[in-house]
Amino acid sequence: MTTVTSRRPSRAAQHSHVVAVHGRPRRRRRHSVGLTIVMVILVIYTIVPLLWLIINASKTQASLFASFGLWFSGPFSLFTNIWTTLTYDDGIFLRWFGNTLLYVVVGAGGATLLATIAGYGMAKFKFPGRRAVFAVVIGAIAVPGTALAVPTFLLFSSLGLTNTPWAIILPSLISPFGFYLIWTYAIEAVPTELLEAARVDGSGEFRTFFTISSRLLAPGIVTVLLFAIVATWNNYFLPLIMLSDPKWYPLTVGLSNWSQQGTGASAVPIYNLVITGSLLTIIPVVIIFLFLQRFWQSGLATGSVKQ
Amino acid sequence: MTTMSVRRRAGTPGTLRRDRRDWKGWAFIAPFALVFLAMTVVPIVYAIYLSLFRDQLVGGNSFVGLQNYLDVLSDAKFWSGMWRVAIFLVIQVPIMLILSLIAALALDSLRLYAVGFYRIMLFLPYAVPGVVAALIWGFMYGTQFGLAANINDFLGSQVLQPLTLRWILVSIGNIVVWEFMGYNMLIFYSALKVIPAELYEAAEIDGAGSWRTIFSIKIPGIRGAIVIATMFSVIGSFQLFNEPQLLQGLAPNAVSTYFTPNMYAYNLSFAGQQFNYAAAVAIVMGVITAVIAYVVQVRGTRQENR
Repeated sequence: MTTVTSRRPSRAAQHSHVVAVHGRPRRRRRHSVGLTIVMVILVIYTIVPLLWLIINASKTQASLFASFGLWFSGPFSLFTNIWTTLTYDDGIFLRWFGNTLLYVVVGAGGATLLATIAGYGMAKFKFPGRRAVFAVVIGAIAVPGTALAVPTFLLFSSLGLTNTPWAIILPSLISPFGFYLIWTYAIEAVPTELLEAARVDGSGEFRTFFTISSRLLAPGIVTVLLFAIVATWNNYFLPLIMLSDPKWYPLTVGLSNWSQQGTGASAVPIYNLVITGSLLTIIPVVIIFLFLQRFWQSGLATGSVKQ
Repeated sequence: MTTMSVRRRAGTPGTLRRDRRDWKGWAFIAPFALVFLAMTVVPIVYAIYLSLFRDQLVGGNSFVGLQNYLDVLSDAKFWSGMWRVAIFLVIQVPIMLILSLIAALALDSLRLYAVGFYRIMLFLPYAVPGVVAALIWGFMYGTQFGLAANINDFLGSQVLQPLTLRWILVSIGNIVVWEFMGYNMLIFYSALKVIPAELYEAAEIDGAGSWRTIFSIKIPGIRGAIVIATMFSVIGSFQLFNEPQLLQGLAPNAVSTYFTPNMYAYNLSFAGQQFNYAAAVAIVMGVITAVIAYVVQVRGTRQENR
């Protein structure tokens, strides 16, 4: 990534302001039917599984097996399914939902806070060891996250942290991507002259950060937060190995356990609950993304300029 | 990391006016650095330490040097998983990135109505947890009540068998394409948007057509984004775990416990309690991944400088 950064630095710097004004002054061209067909096909590909999920969340376990997948059939039982999902096994689904929220709020929130403060520090201060920090963090991005899972599990297990929320929250606190994004974002978003002026006025570094810089960094922070939320919400591997007690499961591990109940000799499949539970799991993330599109799209654009 | 930070290195004269000996920046870096140290550096070091030992029937846990690594390198199960993900990435990554690129170029062509609609629709699967994506597709692949069953009934034959040994890798590839196509499209699209307008004007004056503009201006202009997306897709392929792990429940005969290196390391640790050997597998896999990601990046940037 370093080499990519250093390539054509002048051009990247010169044109990064284009992002802010969004787009270039180009004439709108003739509408293309061919391209529209290509895009419609891709949208159908994207949307069919989601439609399948919605449609089948409205079926009973019996009509799941007996009907065409992409159309409604049997009694409309979406609300019954939702009710059963939420109350099954003493409301364990709601407990998983609460756990996921806890991991997301503390894990993703903490990751964003740490990455923002550190990325800002990298961008606006020069200090001994700065290059070493860069090398270590960038090097760590290349290490497969799952390669760390086994040793982290063993460490946590000797500290008695497995089967507690800490086992999920602590590793989630690190977002090298967020650190990198805020760092590159802060270089231009926070003018060094402004910080000098604040220093002259006698403002401490942290006060300057929280009162001035953090506001200028807001779009970058929202982007990092969104991607940290998605990463934590979707986390599966880590909780799978760290937790054996269902009462600490997040939604992902809970759902995969429900789906495995369907296989085996004396199994009583609850596929209708797996399907309805899956639908309930994705709705919050989809809503967050739809409502905050403007933020993450501009934030991503900034990130890619700096590549 | 501490030893490295104490050692003063002659940095390039930067644009920042702070003195090199000013430690104030560390106040900002320290919280991240501490957690990073504990959650990334310590586990890596611990994994290396673990990989040098082995539980033996005689003598308990003892130091075996590099023996675990030698075993991994001659372990047929490890290599079969490695080969599988290698084949997977050679086919799946190009298909996914080409689809993403086509979609991004279409969005950028100014020849579509409702660009915002396509953009958000194609991006939507990224918000779906990998577990849920694998469950949905797994059900749809199912020959009991899935779409595959419906299509087979309609055709009156058993053409579609997505959960069999023969097709399982294609089925997994499809799930991964579905999940990440829109995400990569957005990365390409963001990069396309910042190509300077002068280049397009120049091309228009030279009479370059759409295809010429795409291949001479747009694709070279976003090469950096393409290299990054390729690198992350390659790393992702090597780490393949969620999709095969979840499909294993539906297709136990098609997905083995060593289907991918990651599943192998997982099953070694949590089904077999062979933590030392699993650590060696994880490290070998990590090194191979990092080397290949590095090669992708170097090759990508060298072509750029040609």
